[in-house]
Amino acid sequence: MPPFVRQVLALLEKDLRLELRTKDALSAMLVFAFLVLVTFNFALDLRPELMSTVGPGVLWIAVVFGATLGLGRTFAAERDQGTLEGLLIAPVDRSVLYVAKFLTNLMFMVILELVSLPLFVLLFNVPVQPLPVIGTLVLGAIGLSAVGVLFSAVAGNTRAREVMLPVLMFPVIVPILIGVVQAMGVAIGNESARDMPWISLLIAFDAIYLATGAIVFEYVLEE
Amino acid sequence: MTDTVSVTTVTVPSPIDAVILRAEHLTRRYGDAIALRDVSLSLTPGDCVALLGPNGAGKTTLIRVLGTSLRPSQGTLTVGGIDALRHPARARSQLGLVGHQTLLYGDLSVHENLQLYGRLYGVPELPARITEVLDTVGLGDHRDALVRTLSRGMQQRAAVARAILHQPRVLLLDEPETGLDDASQTALRELLREWADGGRAVLVSSHRLEWVQEMVNRAIVLREGELVDELQLRSPSAPMLAARYRELVGATLAAR
Repeated sequence: MPPFVRQVLALLEKDLRLELRTKDALSAMLVFAFLVLVTFNFALDLRPELMSTVGPGVLWIAVVFGATLGLGRTFAAERDQGTLEGLLIAPVDRSVLYVAKFLTNLMFMVILELVSLPLFVLLFNVPVQPLPVIGTLVLGAIGLSAVGVLFSAVAGNTRAREVMLPVLMFPVIVPILIGVVQAMGVAIGNESARDMPWISLLIAFDAIYLATGAIVFEYVLEE
Repeated sequence: MTDTVSVTTVTVPSPIDAVILRAEHLTRRYGDAIALRDVSLSLTPGDCVALLGPNGAGKTTLIRVLGTSLRPSQGTLTVGGIDALRHPARARSQLGLVGHQTLLYGDLSVHENLQLYGRLYGVPELPARITEVLDTVGLGDHRDALVRTLSRGMQQRAAVARAILHQPRVLLLDEPETGLDDASQTALRELLREWADGGRAVLVSSHRLEWVQEMVNRAIVLREGELVDELQLRSPSAPMLAARYRELVGATLAAR
């Protein structure tokens, strides 16, 4: 097995094992996304004809808010326990750390999306085609995780890291937000969104964010 | 029997081909503050070197810079002939570090922690090597215990197991005796001496002169970020070495 793959798998296995034991990140993400959806359900009195326009935004906001909690813990826990230094002194390329953290967060986000989607359908009574919507959400999660892991490491170096992560991350993920909302709108019947290749846009930004993150990550972790 | 004491201030340069670790003119700044100032040192096979100095002297910063977890602001660092600043990932496989923190995950067992680090370092025959190092540090019976459930001393021993797992050529330790009982301190001292005798190098910082002087062959003294002296020790005698140390750093640590 190539060293890169072996090291990524070792770190991924470690993160998943820790999450299974502590349930720190995923439980907070799921509860928060649930609360966002319920709050929107009470706050917005959406008529069925508006759902294809507004509904995707509601669901994606719930996912982004929930995911931000998990991303915030990506390096905070490592720094708090002093284990980040153990990873930094290992003969591991920084891109290995980035890819492992990216995959960990991506898995958490996909679980979050798979739980949030049925809840969204139930609360807002939206008919959706599951596969296109899930595909769109996963593409969105790839970009979100790629950007979020990078800025989680940046924010971890600051005192106000809980505040800094969304402040840094939200402006950068605007293209992902637009792409996901529009592509999901298409999947649930928003006719006005059909004239743009939203999925291609998402794939392009995912690729840009991932490549940039893997390259820049080395400098972010330097003290 | 009377101990002959030789405390000199002469730095003996080592042959270039025998040097495992060579640091030259290392400086580390934190903003305007200078934590390390133009420090140069080298470690050769068999070296067991004490890093002495009062609080704030820069010992931890130097250990972290040598361990590549902290980049120096200036200077060069070579480990096993590899430029550790240009190719840190390659140099790190030859370094083992025991810091103030264990660098272990509290919610993983000792075995799971070692398995993780073993896979990151690419340790061959990992299961057998894990068993070997756990026996070496006396944690064979606690391999499946979560690290956070262990006593401070046991956690420190697990940290040592992590640091020697990949058999590094240079072992860097920052006050490793902290939290260890007398028996464990003695065992650790023997382990470090054996490690150096096996053709590797050890650099150990400590406040406790009487603990390090029995195992090291030389000591370097830091004061306010500067390497102020190097003491070549032959049959060291505690009172004279302590006096020399006090003279150098103007501290009372040696008398503790």
